[in-house]
Amino acid sequence: MAHTSLSATSSSARVKRRRPFPWHIAVFLAPAVLIYTVVMIYPILSSLWLSLNNQSGGRAAFVGLANYQKLLGSELYAQPLWNALRNNVVFFLIHMLVQNPVGLLLAVLLSFRLRGSAVYRTLLFTPTVLSVVIIGFAWKLILNPVWGVQRALLTPLGLEHLDQPWLGLPNTALPTLSLISVWQNIGIPMLLFLAALVRIPDELYEAARLDGAGGWTIFRRIQLPLILPTVGIVSVLTFVGNFNAFDLIYSTQGALAGPNFASDILGTLFYRTFFGYQLQSGDPYMGAAVAGVMLAVILAGLLVYLVAWQRRMTEVQL
Amino acid sequence: MTSAGVPLLNRPSRVLGHLVLIFYSLLATLPTLLIIVNSFKDRLTIFSHPFALPNGGTFTLDGYRTLASSANFPLFFLNSLLVTLGSLFLILLVSSMAAFALSEYRFRLNTLLGLYLSVGIMVPIRLGTVGILNLMVGLHLVNTLWALILVYTAQGIPLAVFVLTSFMRGVPRDLKEAARIDGASEYRIYGLTLPLIRPALGAVTAISMIPIWNDLWFPLILAPGESTKTIVLGASAFLGQFVNDYNAVLAALTLAIVPVVVLYIIFSRQLVSGITGGALK
Repeated sequence: MAHTSLSATSSSARVKRRRPFPWHIAVFLAPAVLIYTVVMIYPILSSLWLSLNNQSGGRAAFVGLANYQKLLGSELYAQPLWNALRNNVVFFLIHMLVQNPVGLLLAVLLSFRLRGSAVYRTLLFTPTVLSVVIIGFAWKLILNPVWGVQRALLTPLGLEHLDQPWLGLPNTALPTLSLISVWQNIGIPMLLFLAALVRIPDELYEAARLDGAGGWTIFRRIQLPLILPTVGIVSVLTFVGNFNAFDLIYSTQGALAGPNFASDILGTLFYRTFFGYQLQSGDPYMGAAVAGVMLAVILAGLLVYLVAWQRRMTEVQL
Repeated sequence: MTSAGVPLLNRPSRVLGHLVLIFYSLLATLPTLLIIVNSFKDRLTIFSHPFALPNGGTFTLDGYRTLASSANFPLFFLNSLLVTLGSLFLILLVSSMAAFALSEYRFRLNTLLGLYLSVGIMVPIRLGTVGILNLMVGLHLVNTLWALILVYTAQGIPLAVFVLTSFMRGVPRDLKEAARIDGASEYRIYGLTLPLIRPALGAVTAISMIPIWNDLWFPLILAPGESTKTIVLGASAFLGQFVNDYNAVLAALTLAIVPVVVLYIIFSRQLVSGITGGALK
């Protein structure tokens, strides 16, 4: 933090000379703060305000928490909301149980500096840069019983019974979509874990090797404890990303998140509530209320991270 | 890196490691390759031999012809390009200015503004969609590319300011003080700093670019008109419409995949160093 004290002394010298109002600071900051405030912060706040209003005789009127009561209490809204929330939790858990451990495994393997690591890294990250829309349709084709790619793959392995319309069955649609999302997004935890692993000083590895430690011991005793902060960050990123997801489900299953809402998550519910769909017309006030619930869920997750995880982290460091 | 010289693993573990990495590399790339390869085959072979490469008898450009005759793909492509480049330019310009101010000067609101701008890293802009749509309707920007550019700029600012501020702090003070003594204005000094943080600018470009290019949500809501569709929205609509014309669908998918993969290969170094904070060179 040497530069902070440096800038402190130089600026206090500036203050003593009683400079005029520092216009240049305002000029530097204004564009970013203005765009960010007008296009991001203000809409989020106005959206929250809108969720406390409702149509009354052609104009918006303040109704307090009535929209949220309707959302949580009425049959029309509560059932889809709980369904979407439950599905979203499943979506998130599959990411936490598959994406992050497999991402960690790949990162650990890459950290052992096998020959060709850079090539592997590039290949493994490729799905992450593709559009979710493209991914969704590509997998829809691959899992499509008509094309039969999965049949051609599974039959030689004697796994014909696995040739099912995975995206079309209510029980399997959500796990299948979660795994497609895992497949696409695994590059991000992989790179973040790898970055943390590469920062571990070589001396620790050398010492371990002198003690005759194998790969597993090195992972358990050196790598895992040292990358725990990254595990926390990756979990938070997964959480925020998952409870805000929309594109994959929309592009593979449509706005109705079929079959029979089996893959409906908060993002698709938000879209339908706001814009409407076949049977129901769109409602900006209720849409804003769904966004309010999403914001509450995300803030709750961030709070859990800050309180529980950060405290645990300091205990680990002590 | 001293890669091959320091094997941390014994031979069997290394072989096992390679096997896992090769298996996952195939898993990661095969679906995409399958799409691209089959887009060049006739319909019969797509179904009878999905894994075969096209040969003299099965090669066809039918899908691409359907695409050329029925969709506005070049326009969609241009829209995506304009939106992505416009947003990236604004993100880099306004974020580097803000980052310069935050790292260079001490003023009363410094810490508070830094915190205010970083809220957006964790709170997704999508939650303000209802408000954003109302705002854009009010500004008469719905169905213009400006609506998308403004939203993506706002979305990109928090992380860009965060990354650039930490890099700007690393620029030696002597240099800037010397310029001040020579009578350079603060704006000139900002201009002198920019080339010094080029790696950080590259990293911010690479991280911001992909979500902007790939986004479906905001084009769907703010600019669904035929003349403002982005390639992702255009492809999505097209795929819904031509879902049974496999040649056309595979060709559309290929056209949407290839530009991003090319960009990724060009920018992959910056992308990796951007995500990993420069840890992997």
